Amino acid sequence: MFEDYLPLLVILALAVLIGFIVVLLGVLFGPRRPTPRKMAPYESGMVPYGPGRRRMSVRYYLIAVLFILFDIEVVFVVSWAVVLRKLGTLGLLGMLVFLVVLEVAHLYAWKKGALEWD
Amino acid sequence: MPMSYYLILSAAMFAIGVLGVILRRNPLVVFMSLELMFNAANLVFVAFSAYHQILDGDLFVFFVMTTAAAEVAVGLALMVAIFRAKRTIDLDEMSMLKG
Amino acid sequence: MNLSDFILTLPIITLLVWALLLLVVDLWVPKGRKGIVAALAALGLAVTMGVTLSQSGGSGLAFQNMIIVDGFAVYLNVLYLVSGLVVVALSHDYLKRMNLERGEFYPLMFFSIAGMMLVTQAYNLIMVFLALEFLSIPLYVLAGLARERPESEESSLKYFLLGTFSSAFVLYGIALIFGATATTSLALIIERVGQGALNLPLFIAGAALMLVGFAFKLAAVPFHEWAPDVYQGAPTPVSSFMAVAVKAAGVAVLLRVFLTAFPSLAAEMAPLGWGIAALTMLIGNLLAIAQTNLKRLLAYSSISHGGYLLMAFVAYGNPQVAGQAVAAMLFYLLAYTLTTFGAWAVVISVEQNDYQGLELDDYAGLGLKYPWLGVAMLVFMLSLTGIPLTMGFWGKLFLFRATVDAGYVELALIGLLSSLISAYYYLRVVVMMFMRSGEPRIRRDGWLSLVAVGSALAVVGLSLLPNQILQMAAQAILSLQ
Repeated sequence: MFEDYLPLLVILALAVLIGFIVVLLGVLFGPRRPTPRKMAPYESGMVPYGPGRRRMSVRYYLIAVLFILFDIEVVFVVSWAVVLRKLGTLGLLGMLVFLVVLEVAHLYAWKKGALEWD
Repeated sequence: MPMSYYLILSAAMFAIGVLGVILRRNPLVVFMSLELMFNAANLVFVAFSAYHQILDGDLFVFFVMTTAAAEVAVGLALMVAIFRAKRTIDLDEMSMLKG
Repeated sequence: MNLSDFILTLPIITLLVWALLLLVVDLWVPKGRKGIVAALAALGLAVTMGVTLSQSGGSGLAFQNMIIVDGFAVYLNVLYLVSGLVVVALSHDYLKRMNLERGEFYPLMFFSIAGMMLVTQAYNLIMVFLALEFLSIPLYVLAGLARERPESEESSLKYFLLGTFSSAFVLYGIALIFGATATTSLALIIERVGQGALNLPLFIAGAALMLVGFAFKLAAVPFHEWAPDVYQGAPTPVSSFMAVAVKAAGVAVLLRVFLTAFPSLAAEMAPLGWGIAALTMLIGNLLAIAQTNLKRLLAYSSISHGGYLLMAFVAYGNPQVAGQAVAAMLFYLLAYTLTTFGAWAVVISVEQNDYQGLELDDYAGLGLKYPWLGVAMLVFMLSLTGIPLTMGFWGKLFLFRATVDAGYVELALIGLLSSLISAYYYLRVVVMMFMRSGEPRIRRDGWLSLVAVGSALAVVGLSLLPNQILQMAAQAILSLQ
């Protein structure tokens, strides 16, 4: 059982080792001329602005909560879609009911203004 | 791998979750501990599903994930509401309700 | 899936469709005319009740043995729907004067009731867990309905964290039982137990964890800490709903799961149940003595009544007396529902718009100034204590008798003793109302008075035909065994 995982372990060890060696080489042999821009945190090419620990707007949480709720439905929709042909008309109707219920919730959130940023 | 490994791991996860709920004072951490307890149960479901060679347990996990998401939504909304009102969500600060 | 599945689950479907319609309709009802929504909610509950009553006498399984319909479920479903109607009556005026008129209130209550109906009818552990969550999550929101009051939010967060904690216990128990028996269907579990095809230690651990989870939901000692805080902070009609309907649903699911699937574990579970029941009765009543806030007092009172209800659970493994005990429990639940809602109606009447008026002192002279309200409260307090000529007396009598018949004489004695303790604080309210002078202020509302006077009349009136009602309850559970 464990023997099957041995190659995985070897790769893991190699990956850590190589990464470590490369960084070490850079530290040992590379020139070191720090400038403020170089020392700034790397943000995928964007110019970093503001402190890292900024306060999020409360609205962000509202959107996040709604996102979780409407996102999790995918668990059911995907597994339904995989076997759709076997389920026939009844399966289609069942999913329709599911989506109608979801749409009522969406409508409610919309009408209550939960989707508006301002 | 023998079944007992999964059971021990999940029991440990569940116990850590219980301790976290009891000992931690930050509701967000308490909340994470609760999720850990749910996922300990999920692990048992998945492990036994494979062991018994049936799909019931895997299906169960879908439903648990969905209810956990619903709980996250309610819980986060509550914490945001409390934070807006009190500027803190420390559980020790919540002592208005006493006899 | 065929037509009979839908016919059997029609009450739940009706309720859920109505809830969704209510949610949408409310968006277009202008503020100030929310009475329409309350009326529609009451209508929906009444329609669902009609559909439920049409099922009485019948029984069957729906959706691949996921859901069961039987007399036990119909009896309790009617109880939940009555609770819903009472809560609509209690909350209509309350929500308006507390400025809590949110459209979500009634749909959330509908969802919670649907969850209770489902949990009572669940015939598969998956359904048990989902229904339990379905009934709890709306309640977390309802408890925090008064957003601008920190107490309400705090109660909601407490309820949420501990409710989820208990759900996790139930879930882990279910997982272990699934591991032990390779199924989650209640019928198949008992079959596997009969064949001996299971892992016994896992099975026992799972059942015990489920018992702990249900005890949390029931606010049984030692898992009761949350209840007084939550009941105190939540809007009062919501507290009354939690005290009655949630407790009923908790006992219902406990009995359904353990009677159907775990009778073989009675030797292990009955002592646990014995301890929890005895502790709950005693400690609930002892702690209630120290309370001066009426909402907390009723909360502790409801904890102790949960202990009485659990007496029926202790006898569950003994087939000769289990039926009698469950019938007595159903009778007790009816008595408890009528009495408790009445008492909460009085509390809501006395509660002021600034959430004051909940202390015992605020009741001084109530019986002298408003005799009808005082007499109604007197009836409720006597019934909660278990004094003759009230439903509460017969409920305790039947439960104690069933417990003695099951051979648990000590438990019945503990029940009796704790009833005596409870007399102290119940009668203190009565003394306050009739023998102290004061200037109580009450909120006049037709629906509130109707609930208070109506339940008082029912508590006294129905106590004249206890045996007929017990017969009805016994009829209802014939199919449970």
